[in-house]
Amino acid sequence: MPGETYRRPRDDVHPPRDFPGYRGTALRHPRQPLVIVPQTLSELTGPVYGHASVTTADSDLTNRGSAEPIGERIIVEGRVIDEDGRAVRDSLVELWQANAAGRYAHRVDRHDAPLDPNFTGAGRAITDSDGRYRFVTIKPGAYPWLNHSNAWRPSHIHFSLWGPSFLTRLVTQMYFPGDPLLALDPIFNSVPDPRGRERLVSSFDLSLTQPERALGYRFDIVLRGRQATPMETRHG
Amino acid sequence: MAELTPFQTVGPFFSICLGEAGRAHIAGDNAMGRHITIEGTVRDGAGAVVPDALVEIWQANAAGRYAHPDDHQSKPLDPNFSGYGRAPTDDEGRFTIETVMPGRVPAPGDTLQAPHLLLGVLARGILTRLVTRMYFDDEPSTADDAILKLVPAERRATLIARHTTGDIYRFDLVLQGDRETVFFDV
Repeated sequence: MPGETYRRPRDDVHPPRDFPGYRGTALRHPRQPLVIVPQTLSELTGPVYGHASVTTADSDLTNRGSAEPIGERIIVEGRVIDEDGRAVRDSLVELWQANAAGRYAHRVDRHDAPLDPNFTGAGRAITDSDGRYRFVTIKPGAYPWLNHSNAWRPSHIHFSLWGPSFLTRLVTQMYFPGDPLLALDPIFNSVPDPRGRERLVSSFDLSLTQPERALGYRFDIVLRGRQATPMETRHG
Repeated sequence: MAELTPFQTVGPFFSICLGEAGRAHIAGDNAMGRHITIEGTVRDGAGAVVPDALVEIWQANAAGRYAHPDDHQSKPLDPNFSGYGRAPTDDEGRFTIETVMPGRVPAPGDTLQAPHLLLGVLARGILTRLVTRMYFDDEPSTADDAILKLVPAERRATLIARHTTGDIYRFDLVLQGDRETVFFDV
């Protein structure tokens, strides 16, 4: 939208690029400072999806095989809004996750836990006019990783969203309430602000729970919002 | 005001969400403009290739128009060109982008930017997305680009793709160390 740019996040919102507790960051973070640049038409626009390619079946991860996947069936629902509380509508939400045993259907996952032939672990949805999305899936299992001795990732679901521009892009992970592994997980704890970490934890919601069928979890997502543009960054 | 949801790493398993690996086919055969291929490798601070990165691309069409409702320029849209692609790296850290040479788009101060692609880089070990730009070494306007001029002169070369042969360009991404790619705070 000409005349408006996106607010820059506070320093404590996103994880630092170098986080020694997460070994993978050591050789994969730039040592030079980021170069601050204005937001131009390039950044203020972004990919728009052809919604015809996403069907309601894509948001149900329990219907892909000849039988239902093993595990605890859950519903994950939430709203995608911007910092001003405005609904982010007609926007692609992608999700991927491990199966109930903590194993991804991916060739590089070597965890000695069973694959489930009825679970691919990938889904996508388009937000409605109120910014709402809904997935049916199974609760992913925790799994070990090699970051440090006896390291385990808490149960989590990966989320990928674009929102309306290149700058609203968000890739994050949703966690489950009360998980004792959260306190031990360097990826979760890389978020500097404890309130920010809380926003990554879904909440159990009885009103989303479907009787005789599936437990409901709510996970709302907030993307960058706009502000009036200072003159020096206004684009032609 | 609602508080932002924090970033988390994309991890090593995002490709179960993607289609064909190793190639971003942004421009179909019928897209207007000069068709080009960009080839590159992603490397880490030890010089090792990064086989689990995802490079995301956003660019204007050959006329310099973005396929987005907030681009109100009168330039033509191209129904065969979305401007968006995703290129996961292969086992050797390589990515390939098949696209068209973007046109020039407006810059701050009623000037034009040099042709460029926006790139987002995600990977295991990258907690918050890295954002950069790619320019072209055989495009005369590159030297005058207002955004590129904000980059220290000695580091600008890391943002400029090298024309090799025919319609092929070379552009490597270095996450850390010597010749570290410039990343932006935008």
